[in-house]
Amino acid sequence: MTQAQQLTMAAAISQSISQEIELNQDVFVLGEDIGKYGGIFGATGGLLAKHGKDRIMDTPISETAFIGTAIGAAAEGMRPIVELMFVDFFGVCMDMIYNHMAKNTYMSGGNVKLPVVLMCAIGGGYNDAAQHSQCLYGTFAHVPGLKVVVPSNAYDAKGLMTQAIRDDNPVMFMFHKGIMGLPWMAYYEGSTTEVPEASYTIPFGKANIVREGKDVTIVTLSQMVHKAVIAADQLSKEGVSAEVIDLRTLVPLDRESVLKSVRKTGRLLVADEDYLSFGLSGEIAALIAENLDTVSLKAPVKRLAVPDVPIPYSRPLEQFVIPQVDSIAHAMRQLMSSKAPA
Amino acid sequence: MTSTEQRMLWMYETMIEIREYEETMATVYLEGKLPPNIQKGLAFDIGSGPVPGEMHLAAGQEPVAVGVCAHLKKEDTVVGTHRPHHFAIAKGVPLKPMTAEMFGKETGLGRGKGGHMHLFDPEHKFSCSGIIGASLPPACGAALAAKKRRKDWVAVAFFGEGASNQGSFHESLNLAAVWNLPVIFVCEDNKYAISVEKSDSTSVAWNADRAASYNMPGVRIDQNDALAVYEAAGMAIQRARMGQGPTLIEIKTDRYMGHFQGDGEAYRPSNEVAELKKNDPIPRLAAHLRKQGLLDDALDHTIRARVSERIREAYDYARISPYPKPEDALLHVFH
Repeated sequence: MTQAQQLTMAAAISQSISQEIELNQDVFVLGEDIGKYGGIFGATGGLLAKHGKDRIMDTPISETAFIGTAIGAAAEGMRPIVELMFVDFFGVCMDMIYNHMAKNTYMSGGNVKLPVVLMCAIGGGYNDAAQHSQCLYGTFAHVPGLKVVVPSNAYDAKGLMTQAIRDDNPVMFMFHKGIMGLPWMAYYEGSTTEVPEASYTIPFGKANIVREGKDVTIVTLSQMVHKAVIAADQLSKEGVSAEVIDLRTLVPLDRESVLKSVRKTGRLLVADEDYLSFGLSGEIAALIAENLDTVSLKAPVKRLAVPDVPIPYSRPLEQFVIPQVDSIAHAMRQLMSSKAPA
Repeated sequence: MTSTEQRMLWMYETMIEIREYEETMATVYLEGKLPPNIQKGLAFDIGSGPVPGEMHLAAGQEPVAVGVCAHLKKEDTVVGTHRPHHFAIAKGVPLKPMTAEMFGKETGLGRGKGGHMHLFDPEHKFSCSGIIGASLPPACGAALAAKKRRKDWVAVAFFGEGASNQGSFHESLNLAAVWNLPVIFVCEDNKYAISVEKSDSTSVAWNADRAASYNMPGVRIDQNDALAVYEAAGMAIQRARMGQGPTLIEIKTDRYMGHFQGDGEAYRPSNEVAELKKNDPIPRLAAHLRKQGLLDDALDHTIRARVSERIREAYDYARISPYPKPEDALLHVFH
């Protein structure tokens, strides 16, 4: 019998890592403040006390050196989990990520195996401004050679993290700060879920139909899943039945689930916290455009995302650029009243 | 013969092999790249011929590779640079798949996906990168893995003097010292970062002096001499194997060719290379070996003949190997 406990997403991630550390002597964690502090966003909480300094290694503030170290250790068969505190900090170490971690397997003709998990915090909504609030999962999904995981709740986070650690490829594991269940930041309570204590995996590339519906499909992920569900509940009172798809992973992307849903509803809204242009929302829109022979739309595709501006600091400004429950509800109403394309 | 004497002869043979390999490549590389076989108006076409793309050759820099690798075991890791052939050969990477890789062939180390700056041989624990300063962090990782597994294996990061002004150099030295990693940082100072002289780019005359900032020994080797490198590297590698941590070694060496093939080398005096070659490290080691009674004309001839044979076989193998299927470009993004 598997016992389930109510866990925050942070605790679920930490539990997954802890179980894999116990299972496999090659697994270890390195990063800034992941030891005594337990990770600024709690992803490694309690691990140092449990597993000791050899497995839980605080690093200097040298992202190039310690991410490169993770790459070098992985090439030797270790299975490092390395934390980049905020995704926004990739600017100081992107060479190691996109020129080495992402490409060495390919450039070696498949001879080099790099089982690295690079986890990082993403997202805004708490007034941390332009250098600490981005999502940027589209940037990493754009680079060939990185799997990109973006969980929305504790249950998924544990299963996806265990899957990530066992994967023989580099995995970006990107957790939104506003669903980690931190005691110092408001969060969507739906992200804290029942989590089985025993280890389990969730396969990559399988979206989760969070809410079934027949009138409109909302494709989303991460914290935005919770906003979309609230908006969908609101619209149900207006007689609109919305289906909410949580992508869970961008690479691989579950294109089939998106197509299947839009074939059913005929209306698509992409709700995304990354930048609007050249990213996830455009990719999903292109998927539909390329399949119009089998998808008949009742309204043009709609995209909600950060409108190509850096994330501003001031509360009204930030709330304006990041899609909110109200803006999702508004977009759904627009979709329902929109005319079918000619 | 003592093991040291055997290593001396191995260094000699390997230096000859590296030199001949690079000189052969310099010739092969030009095939199909010159008029009249290229677009009218061009003097050179980098994308033509059997070995296209950039080509960085290491003739003259052999002592760095052999002096260090003479001490290494198969289990030790080497991470090289964009100018990687001498390191790869000295670490034991087989010439045939290495050469086939440069020809873009299916039989290459990376099935033709990497090319000459991206040679990966996990079996012989060799890799390299086309990005300056990128060898140091992964070498720290290999050293950390050895330490975690309680092996006496070491990792060597080779890099040029130009790389010592990259953040990765400073970050990695600090990290290696803090974690007491069994890693040896080997800086080959060939005086030029492409065209920029060290004196115009670097705040210290010797990067080895920077080791003090990171609380590790810094060793200066001021001559392009295999024996001097051998001696210093031996001490550093022994320290690392014994758990005494990292060492930085800087070696003054000489680049006989351009930064890449096709480089007009307008940045250095036209007689500079001829002057440098007066101090060629290969005859220098030969003289030492003869003095020690380890080398005579007959053995020298035997060594050179078998090196030539190996190199000829490698280039022949690369030429006759098939290209990968175009659609194989879609494979190996993930393992």
